[in-house]
Amino acid sequence: MKELIIIGLNHKTAPIEIREKLAFQDSEIKKALLETASLPSLKEDMILSTCNRVEIYAIASETDKAIQELKDFVSRFHHLPLQAFDKNLYLLIGQEAVRHIFRVASSLDSMVVGEPQILGQIKSAYQIATDLKTSGLILHRLLHRAFHVAKRVRTETKISNSSVSVSSIAVELAEKIFGTLEKRTVLLIGAGEMSELAARHLISGGIEKILVTNRTYERARSLALQFNGEAIPFEDMGQGLRKADIVISATDASQYLIHPDQVLKLMKERKQKPIFFIDIADPRDIAPEVGDLENVYLYNMDDLQKVAHENLKDREKEAQKAEAIVNDEVDKFVQWYQSLEITPTVVALRKKFEEIRTKELQKIFSFHPDFSEKERQSIEALSHAIINKILHDPITRLKQKDEDLMSDFYVHSLQTLFQLPHHAEEESKEKD
Amino acid sequence: MNIYFIQLATLFYLLGMLFYLFYVVWLRDLLSRLSATIVTLGFVSHTLGLLIRYLEAGYTPVTNLHESLSFFAWMIIGVLLMAILKYKIKVLGAFLSSIALILMLFALTLPKEILPLHPVLRSFWHPFHVTFAFLGNSIFTLAFCCGVIYLIQEHQLKSKKVGALAKRLPSLTVLDDLNYQALKFGFPLLTLGIITGAVWAEYAWGRYWGWDPKETWSLITWFLYAAMLHQRLTVGWRGRKAAIMAIIGFLAVLFTFLGVNLLLPGLHTYSNWEP
Repeated sequence: MKELIIIGLNHKTAPIEIREKLAFQDSEIKKALLETASLPSLKEDMILSTCNRVEIYAIASETDKAIQELKDFVSRFHHLPLQAFDKNLYLLIGQEAVRHIFRVASSLDSMVVGEPQILGQIKSAYQIATDLKTSGLILHRLLHRAFHVAKRVRTETKISNSSVSVSSIAVELAEKIFGTLEKRTVLLIGAGEMSELAARHLISGGIEKILVTNRTYERARSLALQFNGEAIPFEDMGQGLRKADIVISATDASQYLIHPDQVLKLMKERKQKPIFFIDIADPRDIAPEVGDLENVYLYNMDDLQKVAHENLKDREKEAQKAEAIVNDEVDKFVQWYQSLEITPTVVALRKKFEEIRTKELQKIFSFHPDFSEKERQSIEALSHAIINKILHDPITRLKQKDEDLMSDFYVHSLQTLFQLPHHAEEESKEKD
Repeated sequence: MNIYFIQLATLFYLLGMLFYLFYVVWLRDLLSRLSATIVTLGFVSHTLGLLIRYLEAGYTPVTNLHESLSFFAWMIIGVLLMAILKYKIKVLGAFLSSIALILMLFALTLPKEILPLHPVLRSFWHPFHVTFAFLGNSIFTLAFCCGVIYLIQEHQLKSKKVGALAKRLPSLTVLDDLNYQALKFGFPLLTLGIITGAVWAEYAWGRYWGWDPKETWSLITWFLYAAMLHQRLTVGWRGRKAAIMAIIGFLAVLFTFLGVNLLLPGLHTYSNWEP
């Protein structure tokens, strides 16, 4: 199955500068695909271009030529000499290409293993190729299998079960403390970029009310305005603390802003209503002892990163299970692919033997016109029997369910040894 | 006849508990739905069993330890089904169905014959008294489970280990809310249970209150829950404190119900009564 090729680069093989230059923008993809359609050695193809990878999946009529044509095409399209990126390219053929597509779709090849966005990106890349009809029978099957594998990986392993980014972990923790985040109030102490980012995540997590306080009141007001929130003068921070359920602190203060005795008093005023402090400042804004108080939860940046790290380790463990699923599915696909070749090969083989037989029979009958009808029938039957007996074993073997994946080799051996026509060529002739 | 249904119910509770445990391990929605169905079947079978026993005996079948345990388990499952319907906290299923199962297994080892009714129990007040008391107890059992889960979850969050276990347990606020709801419903029921008991005692024994061990212990339990409610409303005893109190309260409930029957002989011990 060496017709199936992938040529591409990703975050592991190429630096961002190269990836940027070779990325196909959404607006360019159609144009690019139409160009590839005119490459002579290409039968099917599609282009996947994300910020971490650029890959072309293709079915070639002649592998070596197709690879060269694709490389030249990429170089031409992006106005970049091949030497500039050739060393960053990887080339995968046949079974390895199948494995790669399955791994990419299941997010096993992603920068952050298990992040699900890639599947959607492949789906839309495939959609474009389908719309432009540059993908055909084999890519259809391959991509549908890839989606199936991704689904299996998602449901049969726990690969995407836990968050690995600090802000989504903070949201998850808040949900473990408060349940739903609707009707909760968050107080941002410090109106910097970090607080803004954290606030955005909490808003997407469902938080409705946002209070902002900052040493310079103006900054607090402008940030509050952005979130439709409320600014509080820095001196009145205590007031905000009484109202808030979640407090995100990210000031550049060199000393602790919030102390345990102060929070102890606060908790009495709050009638012990739980409060969740997220301290993302460096150095820290909140004394660590605050976290020991009852109904008070305190996570600083280190804590959040530790959780992220743990979750990532879990994902990697799950990734091993996912690889087994991928292997299983690769085998299945290879079998299907080979079954595509086996039938035409068997037909061609029989046809060839049959031709030899009829030719030789004609020859012998023209030499011996004195053969009786009975003799002729016997000779004919004999030739039939010999051919059938010779062909029986190899054909049975070919049609067997292939455990050691040798069919590919056998098919090609037969095609070469008996000079059978390539079914692939046959097909392309029909197309012309 | 009734006992077959009771046994069948026990079997369902066992299966339901197992599937709830599977659910906790694998977190498949299908498993939680399946276990809810199984437990519901158990509840239906249990209800039939109790109904048949009521018809066979001609009185509310909560007169000896077997019957009380079975009745208690039945109410716990009822409370569980309601809690799951309303709050969708499926983990509770694993806890409450195990408690119900233990009670049922215990009940099945005890004498199960229907005996002629002890004269004292032949009262208008009897069904009310046991219903209030056991419904209250069942709700306190729910609060107990919430308390235990709360402490586990709080420990996870405080020690910053938010892994597989934390993921499986509900949020602290939800657990604390449910604990409070349980207290709000359980306490009046306990109060009604004690009042109906006192009224009945007046009819049966000619006095409202006699400091019999059961009476004493239920009063202790009542004070515990009263204190819990008071502290919660005034100084905000919630979260960890409320969880611990719910656990202590439940131990008192358990002692009032079982400890007194088994350890401290008194007027409420009818199980060894011979006609």
